[in-house]
Amino acid sequence: MAGEFAVELRDVVKNFITPEGSELAAVDHVTMQIRNGEFFSMLGSSGCGKTTSLRMIAGFEWPTEGEIYIEGKAVGHTPPFQRKVNTVFQNYALFQHMTVFENVAFGLEMEGAAKEEIKKRVAKALEMVQLTGMERRRPRQLSGGQQQRVAVARALVKIPDVLLLDEPLGALDLKLRKEMQLELKALQQQLGITFVYVTHDQEEALTMSDRIAVMSKGAVRQIGTPVEIYERPSNRFVADFIGEANFFDGRIKSLAKDEALVYVPALNADLTGLPVSDGLVNGEEVVVSIRPEKVRITAEETMNTNLFRGKVTNTVYIGTDTHVYLDVCNAKLKVYEQNRISRLDPGSFYTVGQEVLLILPPENTLFLKKD
Amino acid sequence: MFQRLRENKSVQGTLLALPTMIWLSVLLILPLLLTLVISFGRRSPDGNVIFTFTLDNYIRLLGYHTNCAGGQARCFDPIYATILWRSLVLAFNTTVLVILLGYPLAYFIARAHPKKRNLYLFMVLIPLWTNFVIRVYAWMMLLRKEGGINIALGWFANLLGIPFQPLEMLYTPGAVLVGMVYEFLPFMILPIFTSLEKIDNSLYEAAADLGANAIRTFLRVTLPLSMPGVVAGTILVFIPVMGTFIVSDILGGRQVILVGNLIQRQYLDARDPTFGAAAALILMVMTLIVTYFYTRRFGFGEEIVAV
Ligand SMILES: Nc1ncnc2c1ncn2[C@@H]1O[C@H](COP(=O)(O)OP(=O)(O)OP(=O)(O)O)[C@@H](O)[C@H]1O
Ligand SMILES: [Mg+2]
Repeated sequence: MAGEFAVELRDVVKNFITPEGSELAAVDHVTMQIRNGEFFSMLGSSGCGKTTSLRMIAGFEWPTEGEIYIEGKAVGHTPPFQRKVNTVFQNYALFQHMTVFENVAFGLEMEGAAKEEIKKRVAKALEMVQLTGMERRRPRQLSGGQQQRVAVARALVKIPDVLLLDEPLGALDLKLRKEMQLELKALQQQLGITFVYVTHDQEEALTMSDRIAVMSKGAVRQIGTPVEIYERPSNRFVADFIGEANFFDGRIKSLAKDEALVYVPALNADLTGLPVSDGLVNGEEVVVSIRPEKVRITAEETMNTNLFRGKVTNTVYIGTDTHVYLDVCNAKLKVYEQNRISRLDPGSFYTVGQEVLLILPPENTLFLKKD
Repeated sequence: MFQRLRENKSVQGTLLALPTMIWLSVLLILPLLLTLVISFGRRSPDGNVIFTFTLDNYIRLLGYHTNCAGGQARCFDPIYATILWRSLVLAFNTTVLVILLGYPLAYFIARAHPKKRNLYLFMVLIPLWTNFVIRVYAWMMLLRKEGGINIALGWFANLLGIPFQPLEMLYTPGAVLVGMVYEFLPFMILPIFTSLEKIDNSLYEAAADLGANAIRTFLRVTLPLSMPGVVAGTILVFIPVMGTFIVSDILGGRQVILVGNLIQRQYLDARDPTFGAAAALILMVMTLIVTYFYTRRFGFGEEIVAV
């Protein structure tokens, strides 16, 4: 293995000329390092440049600026058929005029592999995706999920350094999608091949990935493990895009080594003991963010810091959780409380207008750069 | 009653097909039956049909003639078989040439930028706005001894200082072939273009991704997926070329007589509709046989459907 990184994008820019004639930066100075053997996802809303980034790694598009490295080597204008990278296309792009066997064998034939070897490797690849016995079918005689597996087998049979997957589960129904998520993840762990996975489904990205790059408008907003991305989003966009959050405007009042004090006008209070994030200075205007499930509602007065009094304005019961909407001072706050106990007893439920005490636990209350 | 109509799919189908069925039976089946009946008849001295049942016309088509030079009752000269064979070979050659010329052009148009694509298609169709006969006459102007091609060649020869004899191109089998290829090229380009255009770009990318260069992508992906267009085009070209007489009439003169000319002359010049009818039926049967075996092998140019 050449180096630590399977794929590296260094300051990559891709400009398109739109049909209207203007220039559009589909990928805007993206730098990311994808480690060998990891399951790496690009996550972002529609049009943020995920597919374009993936296509540049595959070799279907060339960067306007910057350089892409695969296994430590700059790929420049190397055509796709000379890259040790394979793609699972969003629409699968199976060859309709070939059988399942022929589809999977295609890549090996192009390598000039011997007939016997092709047979063996195709059989193994089909077994891997549980399609043994379907060799002689045509793609149209398969269900969507089976076609998806053929697409995976066709790419994996080449034993690429990197497998690129562009929303490969987008066309499947929810149940099958969840099954395939686990299968793909297991396959990746078993083979140890680097997967670069594009999705706009955050749950999918969190479920499958070792690391995630959250993208927006052609730029990478944060790269990290699912836990890092969720628990320590590095800016408001990421906090908002992944999961849900309450946001308040605030101002840093004091900044110590590992603790900060932030004043929030809407709460008319100082929040103390907040974890410090890099790149922020004393006095800076920031956004305070707290996830709804991190807020605690307590019955009795405690000695906690960051304790507030709120009034219930609405409650929504959704089975696993109860969503409680509150007015706290001049702010609105939503709190998700898990239904650990049965809510059948009306006494266990909040009523509209009820006054409650809330704790914003400092370790889960973040202040982020405004953007 | 309308309720039942709404529910009964097969009645609906029949109703929808009815206008076409009437059209076909009045304008296709009836004339065909009439032709069949006439072909068994005999020509009267003044060129009318005497309805009887005789196989004379078919025997004559096989090559056995009654008006023999040596005063024999019957003599053998396979002149009509030669004409049929010539037509078949010409139709085959035309089809092959039209594929060889039409495919690259269709490919070029299908891969062109969408904006230019319509322009190119338009250019393919423009000649069809001019009358068929006039287009063939235009070729006569070009191929004549003192026509455009000879003038251009002479000019070049003069420039290079080579002595030049105008070429005899008109009234040769080559001239007929050129005319046929020209006339029928659009009918090959359009179906091939249609099937090429339907190939999703991601298939080309998938092939490249799996290690195929441009040539292998073409041979393994593009060509097989565009075969339906080639098949449809072949049917659209081969059948009319087998029957047409205008091109050979104008560009072949008396030198290149095809079945089409034979039939036409029986009706108009020789005034023997019974023999013309027999020849027309033989042509039809032959075309049907060729088309039957061709479509058995390649289908009608529909999508490649899984077996
Ligand atoms: N060939 C092209 N020509 C012009 N603009 C393009 C081209 N390909 C992509 N774009 C533009 O680049 C931007 C990024 O596109 P891209 O396909 O990478 O988005 P994406 O993140 O994959 O979105 P989605 O989730 O919808 O697939 C979009 O605004 C798109 O319109
Ligand atoms: Mg995309």
